Amino acid sequence: MAMHVLPETAPGTGVSRRAFLKVSALVGGGLLLDFHLPNVRAAVAGGAGEALNAFITVMPDGAIGIRAKNPEIGQGVKTMLPMLIADEFDVDWKNVRIEQALADGVKYGPQFAGGSTATPINWDPLRRVGAAARQMMLQAAAASMSVPVSELKTQSGSVLHVPTGRKLTYGELAAAAAKLPAPDLKTVKLKDPKDFTIIGKPMPGVDSPLVVTGKPLFGIDVTVPGMKYAIYAKCPVFGGKLVKANVDALKSLPGVRHAFVLRGNASAAGSTGPLDRLVDGVAIVADSWWLAEQAREKLEVEWDEGSAAHDSDARFADEAAKLKGQTPAAYIVKNGNVDAALARAARVVEADYAYPFLAHATLEPQNCTASYADGKLTLWAPTQNPESNRKLVAATLGIAPQDITVHMTRCGGGFGRRGASDYAVEAAAISKQVGVPVKLLWNRADDIRHDFYRPAGFHHFKAALDEHGKLTAFRDHFVTLGSVEQPGSSAFAGPDEFPARFVPDMEFAASFIASGVPTGPLRAPESNGLAFAFQSFIDELAHAAGRDPLQFRLDLLGEPRILDSTDDRYGHQPDFDTSRMRGVLELVREKSGWNSRQKLPAGTGMGTAFYYSHMGYFAEVVQATVSGNGALKVDKVWVAADVGSQIINPLGAENQVQGAVLDGIGQSLLRLNIDNGRAVQSNFHDYTLLRINQAPPVEVHFRTTPNPPTGLGEPALPPVIPALCNAIYAACGKRVRRLPIEPATLARA
Amino acid sequence: MKLNLHVNGQRRSVDVDPRTPLVWVLRDELDLKGTKFGCGMSLCGACTVHVDGAPVRACVTQVSTVADKAITTIEGVGATPVGSKVQAAWLAVDVVQCGYCQAGQIMSATALLARNAKPSDADIDAAMTGNLCRCGTYTRIRAAIKQVADLSTDKSEG
Repeated sequence: MAMHVLPETAPGTGVSRRAFLKVSALVGGGLLLDFHLPNVRAAVAGGAGEALNAFITVMPDGAIGIRAKNPEIGQGVKTMLPMLIADEFDVDWKNVRIEQALADGVKYGPQFAGGSTATPINWDPLRRVGAAARQMMLQAAAASMSVPVSELKTQSGSVLHVPTGRKLTYGELAAAAAKLPAPDLKTVKLKDPKDFTIIGKPMPGVDSPLVVTGKPLFGIDVTVPGMKYAIYAKCPVFGGKLVKANVDALKSLPGVRHAFVLRGNASAAGSTGPLDRLVDGVAIVADSWWLAEQAREKLEVEWDEGSAAHDSDARFADEAAKLKGQTPAAYIVKNGNVDAALARAARVVEADYAYPFLAHATLEPQNCTASYADGKLTLWAPTQNPESNRKLVAATLGIAPQDITVHMTRCGGGFGRRGASDYAVEAAAISKQVGVPVKLLWNRADDIRHDFYRPAGFHHFKAALDEHGKLTAFRDHFVTLGSVEQPGSSAFAGPDEFPARFVPDMEFAASFIASGVPTGPLRAPESNGLAFAFQSFIDELAHAAGRDPLQFRLDLLGEPRILDSTDDRYGHQPDFDTSRMRGVLELVREKSGWNSRQKLPAGTGMGTAFYYSHMGYFAEVVQATVSGNGALKVDKVWVAADVGSQIINPLGAENQVQGAVLDGIGQSLLRLNIDNGRAVQSNFHDYTLLRINQAPPVEVHFRTTPNPPTGLGEPALPPVIPALCNAIYAACGKRVRRLPIEPATLARA
Repeated sequence: MKLNLHVNGQRRSVDVDPRTPLVWVLRDELDLKGTKFGCGMSLCGACTVHVDGAPVRACVTQVSTVADKAITTIEGVGATPVGSKVQAAWLAVDVVQCGYCQAGQIMSATALLARNAKPSDADIDAAMTGNLCRCGTYTRIRAAIKQVADLSTDKSEG
């Protein structure tokens, strides 16, 4: 599910003309500000929404409540979004209580975590909500004190009459404010950024005190009275069908209450993927999850594995090797005459790049608690997309959407995985069958083997350099997975892929391999593979040209200018400002000591890369050491980032960037293999996530520029992978053209 | 089978299959949800608890083997002098992203600091490498452990 969401707003305000505020009084003299803001045009595969909504409550005792509408997956939105409201409202952050909203598409509009979109979507509108509430407090105080608003100012949850020093708290004003008409959001006065008291200040995560003391917060922690525990065993080959299972033999095992076959159904979304429907499986419901797992060991199932059983890494690699020399199936970019440019080149550089499938491996395995009774369903789901849970469960099980309540729990990691609703459908179907609340929990093998994956990809590059070492032509034949005619989810690329728009003669072609392996977004989808291939090959070109790889990139970017996007796959995308990318490259050059890298000891090298994704401009330098036997140590990473004019929460922002960089280093060392149509790896002994002893220091520098703030969950990830591979080349002369990095292949003879 | 457990300073009685992994007894019999399930094979450390002060993976520890021992979980570790400092440092450094692994990280870090008040980077690697963090908060985990170590050093010097 790719998500690129752009605000559709009244000029200069970030707020739709249709936005409005609704004011109401709360029992006991409180104020409720219901903000209805249909200002977002969302192009979300599988459903689009058009409204945003937030709540502020003010109680008579001065307590401020702000409702957090989006899922918290570790990206910090439950802290960051309320900061926007609280600062403009001019309240003391210590007095703000933040509550997670229910999933309610009618009330709140889109509630999802994806695409690093929370900041760009909410930066302006949520500040206006806070400013409107502040204006109402000023008006209420003016009426109450019989003074003009011009003599009043707000001060940390109170309104002060400047000439006399008289003061009324927001709590005291709440009942009167609740009777006022709502201000026009488009004309409310926003703070000058220099007056921010909360935005830009380091704010620890609001739920962290609960996390470090072990309070129940996550989906797996949900308990419902009368609840039983379930597992759901599925065919190891994607799309396989159940022939028969020994369910009757399981029913007499200790603690087992139910054991039955559920038949899958056709895709609710009309696609062939196994994640948008219920698939065949065996449900075991028991008094404890461990007893259900014990019963699974006695399960005997015959599967019809289907056509996907022929899928394997080897088949995909063979087909890619064949396809790369054939006429491409499609062109993403076709400009000028690449053949002619290659023919007159001083130097031609050619290379094949490849990267593997990757699983998400959220540390909290997929789970969902479902309670079905009398035609109504309640779900407690760790989800990045609760509305998708509702829609898919409704379509799959024939329950009316309005009869489904979705509670969003904190997620033990998301990374894109919890944008799908397969586990919610399974939990709902099992509860519907047995008539009691059920907590479905996948074990780790379920989680790795029934994921959708970052698709493997293959790139055949050919480029021309002139006698001055200047890049004159660039060709990539990208072989990717999907059906014969088209790419699968997150298995493609757009026409803005660098160096498109920077080289006159450019071809970016694609061919497709039919595959039954489900694919989809993993943190920085598409970019996480493309950045490796493109920014590594550009490094090869720099070396072939005998140039400093960082300066070579600056020269490729050229003069400061703004380039229109040519990518309309998800609606119009923002323009690309070369000065912003140049700015972060120059900053990371300075901070990393790039120009002194020749002084590094033998076996140690620096590599660089830049990448633009999710509206963020990132340039990174990695220093790595490769010993004679190939042992790899990542010594340090420097990040320079431009995500606009304001870092909203510096503490959270640095954490996100450091985490994304370590995630990228982890990705560069990982692979998920496919053989006989199934995922080979099953747990953390063979799916080897990055550990603390492999984690380098990550130094983060933000370069603020006068542009609207954008998100940080994803864009720091893509460039670190090629920067690391380029550092390995600088350290030991071995070029990594295939991920994962295999340290044994880096050994010097 | 009836078993008497000693959890966070309290006597607790449970009636379970004696082979049941401790993590499920804590979570679903005693309603102590802070101890997390991640892998079931002692590979991720999310279920780390203390048994007689030593870090143990509760997902591979049969409950009958710890019946007479002192079990401390994330819910009780704040009552120990080192545990409370570690929790405070985790908040001061703002370690948490998703938070799912952090109970296990805190239990491993507390066990480390209880026996080695000033661990080196190598000591931290050795003690913490069994705890995965999928969000990559390792930089801050290391910083938080060092903050506790520095505070205890300051105290002993002052």
